[in-house]
Amino acid sequence: MSRDTPRGPVTRRAHEPAPPASTAAIPPSPPSLLSAGTLAPDFVLPSTPDQRVSLKELRGRPVVLAFYPADWSPVCSDQMGLYNEMLAEFGKYDAEIMGISVDGVWSHAAFARDRKLHFPLLADFQPKGDVSRRYGAYSEPEGESARALFVIDPKGVIRWSYLSPEGINPGANGILMALERLKGGKSSK
Amino acid sequence: MNAEEESPRLSTAVSSRDHVQGPADAPVTLLEYGDYECPYCGEAYPIVKELQKRMGSGLRFVFRNFPLGNMHPHATLAAEAAEVVGAQGKFWEMHDTLYEHQSALTEADLARYARGLGISEGTFATELRRPVYADRVREDFTSGVRSGVNGTPTFYVNGVRHNGSYDLDELLRAVGHSGGSPSGSGSPRPRKRSVH
Repeated sequence: MSRDTPRGPVTRRAHEPAPPASTAAIPPSPPSLLSAGTLAPDFVLPSTPDQRVSLKELRGRPVVLAFYPADWSPVCSDQMGLYNEMLAEFGKYDAEIMGISVDGVWSHAAFARDRKLHFPLLADFQPKGDVSRRYGAYSEPEGESARALFVIDPKGVIRWSYLSPEGINPGANGILMALERLKGGKSSK
Repeated sequence: MNAEEESPRLSTAVSSRDHVQGPADAPVTLLEYGDYECPYCGEAYPIVKELQKRMGSGLRFVFRNFPLGNMHPHATLAAEAAEVVGAQGKFWEMHDTLYEHQSALTEADLARYARGLGISEGTFATELRRPVYADRVREDFTSGVRSGVNGTPTFYVNGVRHNGSYDLDELLRAVGHSGGSPSGSGSPRPRKRSVH
C-alpha cells in the first residue's frame, strides 16, 4: 500500500530548496522525532498556489510547526481551529505558527477558507512527506504527517518537540510553555 | 518526549469567580469548557442536565467559556452576553437559554433573551460594551488552553481532563456513578472525540 522508501544512505539536502520532485531521493525518516537541541532542517514549501515559505527566512523569531495528518479530519480541524483562536497569544511571543500536512495547496486553500484559518498551511506534497520525514514526523503506514509539534527558537534550533498519540489533539499548552521558556531563558537575541 | 499532556489537569482551580451549580462539598466536580454555538456542546447540554438529575447533590457542575470565535462567529458575543446576564444573577438561566437556541445567537437574539430574564435592552447593550466581560471570557479561554482544552466541549472530572466521549454512560462512569443508563434508553451517541 505505501510506496517503497529508499532506506540507503542519502545525500543530505536539508539546506537546499525543495529539489525538483521527480528525481529527488526521499531521505529516510529519522528513527524518531527530532528533539530539542537539533538544528531544525530548513525547507521551502508552498503555502498557496503562488507563495512559498522558507523556514530560514523566519530566523529571528520563534516558529511553531504543527504537523498534522489531514485537512478536513475532525481532530485536525479542532486542532487547527484552536491554534487559530490563539494567534494573538502566539503573537505575544512574536512567534509564527504554521501547519504542515501532505495535502496539496488547493485542499489547504479550501480548508483554510472553510475554517477561516488565519495562519499558513504548508503543503508537504511533492515529494510527498519529504519535510515531515526529515523531522521524524511522518507515518509511513498512513502516508500522512504524524501529529507532531515543534517550537523552534530564533536561531533555528528546535527547543521543544512533541509527538501526539494517534487521534489525540495535543492542544496548545505545551507550545505556550515552550514559548515561555524561550522568552524567559534567552540569554541573547 | 514529555508526558505533560497525558492526563492534563485544570490549571485554574474552581473558585468564587466560577459559575457553579450544586454543593461546594459535592464529592464530584464536573467542569465543562464550552462554546454556545458549538453543536457538540449543544449535544452535551441535555446529557449534563441528565447527569445532574441523577447525581443530585453528589455533583457540582461548573461552566467556563471556550468560544471558538473564528469557527463560530456568534460564540464570543454569546459568551459575553451570558456573563453580562450572570452579573445580574441569572447566569444559568441565560446559559440554558443559549443552548436551547443555538441557531439564534445574533446580538438582537441575545438582547431578547436578556430582556426575557428581566434585563432591559438599554442595560444589556451598555453592559455588553464594557470590556470586563470580554476580559472574563478571555480569561476562561486562556485557563482552558493552560489546562489542555483541545476542542469543545472538554470536561474535567475532579480537576482531571476526561478524555472519553461525553455520552451519558461514559460520563456516568467517569464520575463514578454505579448505575448506568438502562440499555436501549436511546441516549445519544455523540462522536467519540478521539477519532482521527
